[in-house]
Amino acid sequence: MDQRKCECGHTNPIGTLLCESCGKPLDVILEEQTQFPDMRYEGMARRSQTYTRKVIDRVWNWFSSVKIAIGIIVVLLIASAVGTVFPQQPYIPVPVPTEADVARFYTETYGKLGMVYYGLGFHNLYSSWWFVTLLVMLGTSLVICSLDRVIPLYKALSNPRLNQHKSFLKGQKLYAEGLLPAGANQAELLGAAAQALRKKGYRIFSTERALLAEKGRFSRWGPYINHIGLILFLIGVLMRNIPGFFMDEYVWVREGQTVAIPETPYYVKNVNYHTEYWSESEMPEKLDLKGGVIPKSFQTDAVLYVNKNADLPGTKPDLFEVKSGPIVVNHPLEHESLYLYQSGVQEMQLGALNFDVIDQKNGDKMVGQIKMDLYNPPKEQDIGNGIKVRTLDYFPDFVIGSDGRPATKTNLPRNPMLALEIVGENGAAAEKMVYLQGSVITQKANSQYGLVIRKPDLIDITGLNVRMDKAVPLIYFGAFIFMVGVVIGLLWQHRRVWVQFQEDHVLLAGHTNKNWFGLRREVDGLIEQTKLPLAIEERTKA
Amino acid sequence: MNISNRTYIRVAVLGLLLVALVFALYSSFVKDPNAVKVGKAAPNFSLQQLNGPELALGDLRGKGVVLNFWGTWCEPCKKEMPALQQQYDQFKDKGLVVVGVNIGESPVAVEPFIKQFGVNFPILMDSESQITKLYRIGPIPSTFFISPEGEVKEIFLGQMNEAMITEKVTKILPK
Repeated sequence: MDQRKCECGHTNPIGTLLCESCGKPLDVILEEQTQFPDMRYEGMARRSQTYTRKVIDRVWNWFSSVKIAIGIIVVLLIASAVGTVFPQQPYIPVPVPTEADVARFYTETYGKLGMVYYGLGFHNLYSSWWFVTLLVMLGTSLVICSLDRVIPLYKALSNPRLNQHKSFLKGQKLYAEGLLPAGANQAELLGAAAQALRKKGYRIFSTERALLAEKGRFSRWGPYINHIGLILFLIGVLMRNIPGFFMDEYVWVREGQTVAIPETPYYVKNVNYHTEYWSESEMPEKLDLKGGVIPKSFQTDAVLYVNKNADLPGTKPDLFEVKSGPIVVNHPLEHESLYLYQSGVQEMQLGALNFDVIDQKNGDKMVGQIKMDLYNPPKEQDIGNGIKVRTLDYFPDFVIGSDGRPATKTNLPRNPMLALEIVGENGAAAEKMVYLQGSVITQKANSQYGLVIRKPDLIDITGLNVRMDKAVPLIYFGAFIFMVGVVIGLLWQHRRVWVQFQEDHVLLAGHTNKNWFGLRREVDGLIEQTKLPLAIEERTKA
Repeated sequence: MNISNRTYIRVAVLGLLLVALVFALYSSFVKDPNAVKVGKAAPNFSLQQLNGPELALGDLRGKGVVLNFWGTWCEPCKKEMPALQQQYDQFKDKGLVVVGVNIGESPVAVEPFIKQFGVNFPILMDSESQITKLYRIGPIPSTFFISPEGEVKEIFLGQMNEAMITEKVTKILPK
């Protein structure tokens, strides 16, 4: 005899636990109640268990296994944890221009372990091919596990079983059986039971001698809905790799400067930067700050431009203002999918030096003023009366080079040195002088012209984090769907009550996926109202 | 649903997931699709010359181009300058252009430096470091050897001497 054929005559696919037609357990000898099959998938054959002939089916079946899914999750968890042991490469605190420097950093900072860490490629763990592969495998497992279970489950639930085999009813955790008194009207009793259950919100399916009451079936879909959410989430994360979907850049902008935002046609101007501090009167109690201050807000007033001439990088931009406004921490400037966040500042940096040019042979009379922009010093300034100031040489970050000549350490004006030449009327009396570290040295001992150092222009340089993440709506939507699934699966239960008359016996069984207490109370109420001769047996397992 | 339909669906689902895998792996290997690489076209740009009009890289098609990113604060760049100038003198009649891109400095700082080394090849002023970012410049000097067709033939990080430059330049001279 075909093993899959139930005694009711229905042929079930291999792997079926409970007959699809009558619910009788198959291939299980019910010596003990604990052996009754799990009701999780209604005893349906998972589709993966059905056919294993082709390669595609074998792959499918491998991914369909929850054990494999748990394995993938465990490996991912362990790998993710390992990735946090030492910093990942992008977060190395010192500059590492070449691969050799990266290797040296891990070996020198963390010793042997660091060497192994680098050798195994853990310094770029989260973007490594095997980590990404595991993530996609998890996604695959999610899709296939869900498909493989939700389809048979949907089939089973959309075809409610009414005339179940006695052993199905007996196998349920909540089961009761009783002898009907002589002359009892079965139809009347069934009607009364149906009405009582309907009042409790049950949906009734019935035949002449059997009924099935069901409610909260949708809660069975909760886990699958939450898997859909997870898959959307994963797709969102994957989409970040599509060019133009994700960007994370950092730009430093001086006050008054307009800089290009890399990888975009946009420019941003820092109109003004301002740090606000808490005043003493705002503080609830007197604090001894020892002369210090507590910042209240960091704000950049910025203008965002779009460059209409962005085809050829480096050419003179043709800027159009698209947006302007303040950027405060946590309140970025938004334009379409572009976000500019306040995320750093260098305050009180040297921007320009100011000097008064004086005539030392004429009672130190001021003959003019000059401003030396340290980011782009003018070649020549005409200060009036035919007097010109020329910039001969400029070292923004002065140092004596290895060849003994003046040099610069960086291209930033941290320690500016300026070599100037003052040319008098009609090119007469050209005098050279040097500014360095707050003093002016003149070439000639008794020169005609001198420089008086005035207060320099101090500027703030704001650090803006420019981000774009077009996948965020999908990621949030995925998270929302995930939550909907969790709520559906958590707060509702799929409750079913079967009532059946077999000859002069009445059989009652109940099943729920959780909250057995609630189901028990409803069944107790049913028995009380309908006066069915039933005593519920206490069992431990469904 | 019959068995063959089921197989088609399985193939479709697994195929879709395979595409996702390939895409994920591709993007994990190619972290920066816009990075300048050997064998790819050198991104075109145009910058103001130190003492002259704007110069676009694209205008130098037909010539071998040595694109050198440098700064006056960089000692190896300083040491490399005479070698670059010497090679430029030697090969400019054979179709070589050396282009120095100065990173974010002012003309006032660059001009005396150029005069000191007697450099007469074009110096472009990348005042906002825009092209430096476009070419993903890390350590300097960084030098790109670009063929007459505009293709990057070699990228060299660090200081070069005359012999090294000669060896690399001969590969990019127009035939």
